[in-house]
Amino acid sequence: MLKLYDYELSGNCYKLRLMMSFLGLEHTTEAVDFYPGNQHKSEAFRQINPLGQLPVIDDDGLVLRDAQAILVYLASKYDTSGKWYPCDDPAMLGQISQWLAFADGITATASAARLHDALFYTHIDVDAARSGAHRLFRILDEHLFFAEEIGQTWICPGDHPTIADIACFPYIMLAEEGGVSRMDYPAIRRWCDRFKRIPGFKVMSGVFPAGPAADQSAA
Amino acid sequence: MSCHDRILLDDWHVVADMEQLRQSRVLSATLFEAALTVSLGEDDNVSVKRDRDGQDLTCQLKYGFVWVCPGTPTRDILHIPEAFEEDRYVVSGGSFPVRTSGLRVVENFLDMGHFPFVHTGWLGEEPFTEVQPYEVELTDDDEIIATECYFHQPIASPTAEGGIEVEYTYRVYRPYIVSLYKTNPHFDDRKDYIVLFIQPVGPERCVVHNMLCYLKEGMNMPDLRWFMQLIFAQDKPILENQIPRRLPLDPRAETPIRADKVAILYRRWLREHQVNYGAIPAV
Repeated sequence: MLKLYDYELSGNCYKLRLMMSFLGLEHTTEAVDFYPGNQHKSEAFRQINPLGQLPVIDDDGLVLRDAQAILVYLASKYDTSGKWYPCDDPAMLGQISQWLAFADGITATASAARLHDALFYTHIDVDAARSGAHRLFRILDEHLFFAEEIGQTWICPGDHPTIADIACFPYIMLAEEGGVSRMDYPAIRRWCDRFKRIPGFKVMSGVFPAGPAADQSAA
Repeated sequence: MSCHDRILLDDWHVVADMEQLRQSRVLSATLFEAALTVSLGEDDNVSVKRDRDGQDLTCQLKYGFVWVCPGTPTRDILHIPEAFEEDRYVVSGGSFPVRTSGLRVVENFLDMGHFPFVHTGWLGEEPFTEVQPYEVELTDDDEIIATECYFHQPIASPTAEGGIEVEYTYRVYRPYIVSLYKTNPHFDDRKDYIVLFIQPVGPERCVVHNMLCYLKEGMNMPDLRWFMQLIFAQDKPILENQIPRRLPLDPRAETPIRADKVAILYRRWLREHQVNYGAIPAV
């Protein structure tokens, strides 16, 4: 059985909870006391992931770390539709990989600012993290705006979201907790609302569902 | 704006969690806008220094936290019998900075009305949104107690198996310290206990420390922390988006409804004790 080493307030763990929910994947969860227990840095946990980071999955003995890598694995192995990560489409794979790397940049900036503000990571240069996040949000906002102009709903082409959308979503939604507002990024905000209406979407603490009124207009 | 409220200055406030302090040996903290350095010495003695003038502040260790009194203590740290019961986990659920007044956090903690909307699927769910009438009193010890608070909760606790009717008792001990007792899903006659020790960082900033005293039976610690943080992190963005950030004490400032009975008394009690820090005083 697939097992997720999980921390509720981690956006990177949330990426995998979303993927598993979208795919309807059965799994077990082991809660890791990331804060305040610092259990991910413990000797025992470093046996599982020497980097001392979450998330990690164990799929019948295959142990994988890194949210983006795990998204690639889960979609490749379990998505029978082949739409979340179209393995036979080189152009799509290139674009998805590009945005997965971009998502790592969001983690390094927006998530870092949140760790500083919300979890006492006082060594982080929060001003640099926030301005880095705004730089990335501006780039994504423009990308999404021009995508909308040509009828493209998601980060990558096609009529279906990909793991690139999943990888970018959590730390954009949680950015306010690090003092990074989405106010100036209307295309990002519209994309967030669309993302919340993907069947199987679930929230995490700090992320609220799409409003019911807009839900009806979407239906 | 610094704090001039004697009732607050002459009282005890948590500034650090010992578990965190043991990890880092030295921590920075802020209390009433004054930067402090909390240190754990070689001999495991804790000291708290005010950065501005290097003055040592009176401090104590209790319940796994470092407490300081910036003035002259007129009373001791409160006594919590649940913390000494051996069949309970007594643990911090984690300290969380929140960009709002600590008084707003107290009031949110006292409010059942938001359960179905903010803690959907956990502490409440539509259409069970009505807050039934409950009792509120000011005790001889000058504490606020709300009793007979009932609410239907789909997942009331990490050990819950299905929805139950939960009974709460709320208790405000001090302006920035509030607790609740709630039904344990497995024992009719025992209650789980949560207390918030709120550190006023500034009038519109605080750190919420908490102590969880949960019956061990059927529970494990990581799940207990997981649940507390799940719930608290749902409240946080709501709290941080509430305007004004300071709690208005004028009875006409924010119109209460019947479900706010305990909050009405809390605001009156703050007025009578002339607690202005973190508040917008009544005119």
